Amino acid sequence: MEKEIKILGEKDTRSGFGEGLHELGKTHPNVVALCADLTGSLKMDAFKADFPDRFFQVGISEANMISMAAGMTIGGKIPYTGTFANFSTGRVYDQIRQSVAYSKKNVKICASHAGLTLGEDGATHQILEDIGMMKMMPNMTVIVPADFNQTKQATIAIADLESPVYLRFGRPKVPIFTAPDAEFVIGKADTIFEGKDVSIIACGHMVYKAIEAAQELAKEGIDAEVINMHTIKPLDEKAILATAKKTGCVVTAEEHMINGGLGDAVAQVLSRNTPTPQEYVGVNDTFGESATPDELMAKYKIDTIDVIKAAKKAIARK
Amino acid sequence: MDIKTMEQYASQTRRDIVRMVAAVSSGHPGGSLGCADFFTVMYHRILKHDPENFTMDGKNEDLFFLSNGHISPVWYSTLAHAKYFPVSELATFRKLNSRLQGHPSIDKGLPGIRAASGSLGQGLSMAIGAAVTKKLNNDDRYVYVLMGDGELQEGQIWEAALYAAANKVDNLIATVDYNGRQIDGDVEDVLSLGNLKQKWQAFGWETLEVDGHNMEELVAVFEKAQSLAGNGKPIMVLMKTEMGQGVDYMMGTHKWHGSAPNAEQLESALNQLEETLGDY
Repeated sequence: MEKEIKILGEKDTRSGFGEGLHELGKTHPNVVALCADLTGSLKMDAFKADFPDRFFQVGISEANMISMAAGMTIGGKIPYTGTFANFSTGRVYDQIRQSVAYSKKNVKICASHAGLTLGEDGATHQILEDIGMMKMMPNMTVIVPADFNQTKQATIAIADLESPVYLRFGRPKVPIFTAPDAEFVIGKADTIFEGKDVSIIACGHMVYKAIEAAQELAKEGIDAEVINMHTIKPLDEKAILATAKKTGCVVTAEEHMINGGLGDAVAQVLSRNTPTPQEYVGVNDTFGESATPDELMAKYKIDTIDVIKAAKKAIARK
Repeated sequence: MDIKTMEQYASQTRRDIVRMVAAVSSGHPGGSLGCADFFTVMYHRILKHDPENFTMDGKNEDLFFLSNGHISPVWYSTLAHAKYFPVSELATFRKLNSRLQGHPSIDKGLPGIRAASGSLGQGLSMAIGAAVTKKLNNDDRYVYVLMGDGELQEGQIWEAALYAAANKVDNLIATVDYNGRQIDGDVEDVLSLGNLKQKWQAFGWETLEVDGHNMEELVAVFEKAQSLAGNGKPIMVLMKTEMGQGVDYMMGTHKWHGSAPNAEQLESALNQLEETLGDY
């Protein structure tokens, strides 16, 4: 029941995006980047500096950015758009729907500052509905990597996927626990800890919370399996069914509304195939507020302790 | 193609439009009829294109985007007569499993169409993107886009207008179907556009005007637009048209924006439109 993991440092996932994009600048001449006045926040400066002819500053005009990116694919470019998650989705839902997804355009919508961990800026900017909106969209791939290294690898991997993609990452510095050279396989979940008592399926920043929870649970003799479900769509149904069969109960954990998020997606797989007790760690139908990321995760019950409680509750329901 | 032959094509397209919408009792005949001359001139005289070998990327070809997708009947008829797909397929318009969706779509692979449109205000941005990619690819052809005048009430149009001028997207030739009408009434009454020519000029666009029912003028204005390309400014053609042009009872009103004629009205319309190339 060893639950040890090597921490390689601490960095923000948005910096992983910035490094991945810069790498693509060197390897993929057709990759272009568009940004709506948030170049520094999205860590797109290095790409802009080294590939100025392939960087497009569109100003505070997100609707134009999304449709323009769709147009740029005609002729073979692979556009990466960058802005905050709120302005990448809710503000431009119809542009994504018609110009990108329905039109089958190879646009990568890259969204930073997702969720409560955006912190002090408050609820106007803390989108918690974006995974739901994007996973409902036909033709869309939805990816929520867990740490700096994985965000970098995911940014690189999606360039070779001929599909609209929503890539969600965040603002704060968080522990790095995936290897820098770990291959990112779209649609294939990573098992971080094997376990037999409960399955914790998490995405994004909540993966590290799940790791901490599993370590605490181990001290009490509870053997938790931890799965990093970095791809929400297409969902790794095989991994979900295998872990549910093994442990008999599931906890999903996400920095997102319970309505419409990863938990909903997992529940659909389970209810259709093998109904399994499931507990949800997520934000429960409310907007956020201003505070530090740690304070918000505690107040809105998406912290390590909440994952632990949910695991015990799920086990009790077996 | 000479003007006289193009007039025959436009007449047939007008017949196609009213027959298509009447057959399914739905669709948008008014704006479609108003743009029949424009589409005929574009596809038979102005665009450098390869209808029988359509590719999504359209490298070294001119690209055309329709932003006000509801006038799909005029586009479908024009594309068919330009040999993008069989004219007989016009009979499937708005029917189950058709490639001719109510609003244009690439979902079922209809040749000639590169993006979905219908939700208004997005086509200019897409055309800018395609024009920028042409520049990156050292492709010296043009990108054309048609918008409605009512559509200019969408905010995204003006985001795009700013971008194209600020970034010198000068291989872009946009046209506004300036018919002054929209679903709820006259554009002037619903939400006035004010002085449209001065607005586009103030936004930094080279702005031309044309009578959308005079084919010689249409040819001349787009040849002029091409000659102005590459000078650092995007180009706008404000095209005055009459909604419903060619069918007397559909002209002078907004009422045929999105209504189909009944059998009797269809007969009256067809009596006014010469069958030149054969009905589908």
